[in-house]
Amino acid sequence: MQHRFLRGFWKLTWVETKVFTREPMGFVGTLVMPLVVFIALGRAFGAGKSVAAPQVDIPFNAAILAAVLIAISAVQSLVAIISIYREGGILKRLRATPLSPVTIMGAQVTVKLAFTVISLALLMLAGRRLFPGVMRVNLFSFTAAVILSTFSILSLGFVLASLVPTARFAQPIGAAVLYPMLALSGLFFPIDRLPRALRTLAYLLPTTHAVALLDGVWDGSGWGAHWVNAAVLLALFAAYTALSTKVFRWE
Amino acid sequence: MPSPVRDLLCGVNASAKPVLASTPLVTFVVNPVIAVSNLGKRYGRTVAVDDVSLEVLEGEIFGLIGPNGAGKTTTMECMEGDRIPDKGTISVLGLDPRRDANALRQRIGVQHQEAQLQKRIKVWEAVDLWRSLYPRVVDADTLLARLGLESKRNAWFMTLSGGQKQRLFIALALIHEPEVVFLDELTTGLDPQARRAIWTLVTGIRDRGTTVFLTTHLMEEAERLCDRVAIIEHGRIIELGTPDELVQKHCPERAVVFTSDDVNVTERLQGVGVVDRTEGNGGTYAIRGAGDDFVTDVINIIAREGIRVRGFRTEIPTLEDVFLKLTGHGIRD
Repeated sequence: MQHRFLRGFWKLTWVETKVFTREPMGFVGTLVMPLVVFIALGRAFGAGKSVAAPQVDIPFNAAILAAVLIAISAVQSLVAIISIYREGGILKRLRATPLSPVTIMGAQVTVKLAFTVISLALLMLAGRRLFPGVMRVNLFSFTAAVILSTFSILSLGFVLASLVPTARFAQPIGAAVLYPMLALSGLFFPIDRLPRALRTLAYLLPTTHAVALLDGVWDGSGWGAHWVNAAVLLALFAAYTALSTKVFRWE
Repeated sequence: MPSPVRDLLCGVNASAKPVLASTPLVTFVVNPVIAVSNLGKRYGRTVAVDDVSLEVLEGEIFGLIGPNGAGKTTTMECMEGDRIPDKGTISVLGLDPRRDANALRQRIGVQHQEAQLQKRIKVWEAVDLWRSLYPRVVDADTLLARLGLESKRNAWFMTLSGGQKQRLFIALALIHEPEVVFLDELTTGLDPQARRAIWTLVTGIRDRGTTVFLTTHLMEEAERLCDRVAIIEHGRIIELGTPDELVQKHCPERAVVFTSDDVNVTERLQGVGVVDRTEGNGGTYAIRGAGDDFVTDVINIIAREGIRVRGFRTEIPTLEDVFLKLTGHGIRD
């Protein structure tokens, strides 16, 4: 007998993938937007940290920004989908079948991760062509870091999805929470320069550790030097997941 | 599948001994498919279901009827295992919906009130997904044809009409040949034509041997579809029986209304019932009385007296009148 989690899992994942590709905005937001941001910023400021344009004194890595954007847009899309499904009674209808709740959510996460990987691959391809010489990062290691980061931010997405009152609020609330996280992540200016309260907050957010880990993988210091960030991402994933199982609403 | 139980209940099987549904014998013969006793459920301080007890018999269409907010959906969701009751016991197909939720989901089909699917899922994809979830399923094409959806196989859910959406939900509820189907406010928001089409389908489900439990606030729907109904108000069952029984018991009065230009009509009708005369174009007479033979009696007197009648109609009470009488207000108040 197959495991209960697997009953309907691949079918549901495949259906959700097809449904997602039919959604014009979701598709563009997930695959095209991070790529456009990466190319535009890469052109303007340089794709790698070391080649910051002389007129700005804040060097940042467009590739890492794009990677984090990919993760964030996946989370935004997840929050929107869950709130729409809840409001329309779709979650309730799926739950009334032999599908296990974990399968229903697992399929959504799998679709998001799959598109994250595809989006990242497009990013890397574009980087190799447009900015030769700067994309010397270990692809496998970088992808693994992005996936870990996405997992961690996605689990926060489940908490967010439980908190948004209606589908109409999903997009603005998602944006209001996720984008400021990006500002505090240390990508644009060092966390040391933040006031103490904001610094503490920054260390509790997954984006901060995601940026630190991606930065480390990018400049070659690797996982060994950033195991603390990786561990915190895992811990946050566990904490947010545990919290979301408590507060999640199916209808 | 022929169901001796249903024949017994409906009295349509000529070869069967004439046993009426109201005789105590039946309660021993027929095992209830659903048994609910003293069910209660509150949300915070709001009492959704106060005290509900009922039994649903194999092969019948049982309707839980009442206004919005009376506790219909909550009662049904407790039976489906979607909600945990605060008090009382429920048995569906011999299972406890809460403890045996997984086993029960294999044997029941559900349709939720105002449900949706993914906007851009195709009809066949939904059917295919649902089929993959159950060990024993019906053929997809046959089912879609039965529900008149074969031309909509490749249509996105969002492009379907209200009636088509409901038919798809019925298809999904029937895909694993469940023994009991729960239908919640199935035709709310549909136009009369789509509603009638759905009624035919539901009768068909029952005729194939599946027990149907439905909720509705449409009295006409309950009267047309249900073998037995329970009227619920403020979370309590206030009456239970076949629609005919309830009408007979609570609203036995009926009226014959006719127009005639003849003279002395009121006097000539003495003895059949209470006669009211309304002046106007000739005279309009309303005769009120009770009992199965009342209309026949009036017709016989009119014929015997040779009264010339220009217009004639009867007023027979419906479940709606029963509801009004029992609750003191209309269903839509």
